[in-house]
Amino acid sequence: MNQIEIRKHLFRLLRSIAPETEPEELRPDQNIREALNIDSFDYLVLVTDIEETFGIETPEDDYGKIGTLEEIENYIQQKLP
Amino acid sequence: MIEFSMPSLGADMEAGTLTAWRVKPGEFVKKGDIIADVETQKGIIEIEVFDEGTIEKLLIKEDEKVPVGTIMALISADHEVPAPPKSKQLPEEKSKEASPVVEPARIRISPLARRMAEQNNIDFSIIEGTGERGFIVKEDIEKVISGKGKRMPKATVDKVSTATEGIRSAIASAMSRSNREIPHYYLSEKIDMSNALNWLLDTNKQLPVKQRLLPAAILIKAVANSLVIVPELNAIWDNGLQMKRDIHPGFVVSLRNGGVVIPSVHHADKKSPQEIMKVLADVISRARSMRLKSSELSDSTVTITSLGERGVEIVQGVIYPPQVALIGFGGIREEPIVENKMLGIRPVITATLAADHRATDGHVGDRFLKILKENLQKPEQL
Repeated sequence: MNQIEIRKHLFRLLRSIAPETEPEELRPDQNIREALNIDSFDYLVLVTDIEETFGIETPEDDYGKIGTLEEIENYIQQKLP
Repeated sequence: MIEFSMPSLGADMEAGTLTAWRVKPGEFVKKGDIIADVETQKGIIEIEVFDEGTIEKLLIKEDEKVPVGTIMALISADHEVPAPPKSKQLPEEKSKEASPVVEPARIRISPLARRMAEQNNIDFSIIEGTGERGFIVKEDIEKVISGKGKRMPKATVDKVSTATEGIRSAIASAMSRSNREIPHYYLSEKIDMSNALNWLLDTNKQLPVKQRLLPAAILIKAVANSLVIVPELNAIWDNGLQMKRDIHPGFVVSLRNGGVVIPSVHHADKKSPQEIMKVLADVISRARSMRLKSSELSDSTVTITSLGERGVEIVQGVIYPPQVALIGFGGIREEPIVENKMLGIRPVITATLAADHRATDGHVGDRFLKILKENLQKPEQL
């Protein structure tokens, strides 16, 4: 899966979590939890989806590494087999 | 004959609209079965039955809005012989038949299509139905979802704002009553969360991602266990303090479009943090899609609100009547803590108790917060 496909998937996921927002308007370096008002429960939904979609288990210690769209994409690309 | 009435799903509910019956006359039901969907200011709620028997008669029609307490159906208990059609009960039944408080706009829509529209935030009032007699059917909603249906462009926004207004008005009513009737007192305590968070981190390492625990699960468990020791706060005020045997904390879930709903976590004192997390994951997602069961909204015995790890420091809540206490948790933040004359930086949460001074005094609240603090130092024992 390339970066464009990953981004498309993330947009779809973020729209389902925060339907009233426009994830496409996020800057790549913007913190998604702050920008889209995502609480800890919805963040767990996001991490769970990353595992189910990409087969990547994100340890809690890594939560700090996946705060922005850019960081999540890079994280997924690095961890993809 | 058992009379099944429109339940009250909280102090703020005055009426509900039956959107669909899930049962038919002659059908056998048992305790916990969902027999109807009712639309309230808190969304569409699945109404459970608390008796066992056979549905004798459905007394109100779909789309009817009736006040809380109106008899909706008659259920004959198993051992009862169903009454003959012209028995003595008839006049009484008739006199108690539903009296609609508001005549709703008659939109012809199938229950399935209505549900799909609700789930997708679609305003079905302006959709052109293509079913029999102009009914809006599943296909009409599917067309709107796929962008091929006929509707006004701002329908979604309109629907959302209507639902939000309903919730806003329900909150306004309950909170105004609380402020008018309940003399609140507040107590706060800072709690070192190091042990609790370390325990969560270790526990989560053993769990699949989907089952990971959030701090909310352990906070609810710690509150529930503390209420076992201080039961005066697990109670309602109804011409006096009435303590509740079961501990069903209501957990405040904020909705994305504004407003809150408060589903309850039944018997939280008897559940493990893992079991509480499982309940939370289920109710939070259903609360956000406005699909909760009647028992989850009607029987909480105390309320817990948590602003989440990233929240501000302190929340001083407003008690949800007729309850007598609300426990608020602020955000978790690193703070200097002095322990054994040593200064250290620790994750700290501020727990605040808002309590009804008619029901308890500061001494009870003080005891509760100290026990809560102790409980959060020994998370492995919760």
